[in-house]
Amino acid sequence: MSENGFISARDVVFAYEPEEGQAPRNVLEGVSMEIRRGEFVALLGHNGSGKSTMAKMFNAMLLPTGGKVFVEGMDTVDESIVFEIRRRVGLVLQNPDNQLVASVVEEDVAFGPENLGVPPEEIRRRVDEALRAVGMYDFRLNAPYKLSGGQKQRIAIAGIIAMEPDCIVLDEPTAMLDPQGRTEVLETIHRLNREKGITIVLITHYMDEAVQAGRVIVMDGGRILLTGSPREVFSQVELLKQHQLDVPQATELTHRLRGMGFPMPCTLTAEECVEALAAYLPPVK
Amino acid sequence: MPSYEPDRLRPASYAGMTQKGQNAMAVIELKNLTYTYGEGTPFRRTAVDNVSLSIEKGELIGVIGHTGSGKSTLIQTLNGLLRPTSGQVLLNGKDIWAEPKKIRQVRFQVGMVFQYPEYQLFEETVIKDIAFGPGNMGLTPEETLERAKKAAAFVGLSEDFYEKSPFELSGGEKRRVAIAGVIAMDPDVLVLDEPTAGLDPRGRDVLLAQILSYHKVRGNTVLLVSHSMEDVARIADRILVMNSSHAAMFGPTREVFARGEELERMGLRVPQITKILASLRERGWPVGTALTLEEAVRELYPLLEKGGVRA
Repeated sequence: MSENGFISARDVVFAYEPEEGQAPRNVLEGVSMEIRRGEFVALLGHNGSGKSTMAKMFNAMLLPTGGKVFVEGMDTVDESIVFEIRRRVGLVLQNPDNQLVASVVEEDVAFGPENLGVPPEEIRRRVDEALRAVGMYDFRLNAPYKLSGGQKQRIAIAGIIAMEPDCIVLDEPTAMLDPQGRTEVLETIHRLNREKGITIVLITHYMDEAVQAGRVIVMDGGRILLTGSPREVFSQVELLKQHQLDVPQATELTHRLRGMGFPMPCTLTAEECVEALAAYLPPVK
Repeated sequence: MPSYEPDRLRPASYAGMTQKGQNAMAVIELKNLTYTYGEGTPFRRTAVDNVSLSIEKGELIGVIGHTGSGKSTLIQTLNGLLRPTSGQVLLNGKDIWAEPKKIRQVRFQVGMVFQYPEYQLFEETVIKDIAFGPGNMGLTPEETLERAKKAAAFVGLSEDFYEKSPFELSGGEKRRVAIAGVIAMDPDVLVLDEPTAGLDPRGRDVLLAQILSYHKVRGNTVLLVSHSMEDVARIADRILVMNSSHAAMFGPTREVFARGEELERMGLRVPQITKILASLRERGWPVGTALTLEEAVRELYPLLEKGGVRA
């Protein structure tokens, strides 16, 4: 499998079951992509671009109507291994309230491994470790409904980690969170990627989250529009705008100034933008 | 497709402008408003603590604050969904709880669009769903339909949508139907709780432009609750910052976002563009507070020209 990705999608076509009397419409029009082990990939695209559909292919929540998806070489259409696949690839969704099931935090985190038939003492170890990994160990005996959105989302992530997955796919996990909650969740998934080597696929509408990824894939109309490092992708300001996507404000500012004739580099973050401007502004008296 | 120019949504001269002068009139006034959940139980918690403020007719107010800061509780007292534990909510000078039996009338005057309102659609067709609110106000069927059509136009839903089922629409379209349903009641005050959450950048820009144009055409008061500092920076005249149950700041948008460090201590942020100019200012360059890209370019252009490094 060395030349292939951890997740490998080949010419994936997908159409949802059409309404009565309507023709089926392809949501995915032949998408091929490889997600390598340990990567941090941001998946972007406007609503309806096919990105969430693609993400649901990664743990066999949806199956391709054409083409193939392999997880560690396992074909997702093989029903006999669907649990093997879901153990390896966990999915975190937008609304934390729809993902928490128990009335005590640690029971919620234990739900996944219990279903996998993990022995009790092993569950204890995994739950404690997962809660520590998301920085919520001190809340293990709390009631989930009393937590903030960011905390709930971290509990949902802990529930996935307790199943010891190789990869976590997150579908707009911060859309409902306040700025502090967004930061908590982002820092958590970056730490899991860095320290535990967990592969991350992050679907987001927030460009400041995408610039922190190792690689960005942009989807449009059920196809891949662009793929590359954040800098390669976000330097295509005009193309992204044509496809109704955004770029970080820092990137847009240096882009506009460049358009006005000032030799600005492409910047991705506030800090980079400040440094680039500082280099061109007249010295402070 | 409505034409829009995100950066020009908010003319610079509009910043912080309140309609003071001879017509100055508070549409909403809060006097020592306190709301306590679970009063008389061990779980008693004060979510809004002694807040006094006044909002003038025709203002567009941004409301920010982290989860649990009290902002949702505060807005639910505005149309009587929650009754204050103490203090008063005055609507056009009258205490809304003076006659509790008439509280229903207040709900027509203060329209509330909750988070993810698209989950509350239920009618067979788009136009019926939008007409549901005004249909309960004692209008004739013709007036009701007229209002529904006007509201649909405000949110950019053309006649082609009228007879569709709300459930066959996209997420962004459903949300516009839900907002139109509240606009159709023609409230004096429109409160929107996280109207752009979960929308993609394009959907967000279109919806914000529609809210702003509705606000301008109708001249009514709008409160926009949002976690997106960029959205608020672009369209609000004034910003209310809620923190630990108190109104921590209430002032013109530019002044509030000039206090970036204080906001960060409250778990909030300023827009990235505002932060970039603030950093340059700290390092000694004479640039003001920018809320949008256009403003940032305006601030930087003269300085860059002076730098003389133009290619």
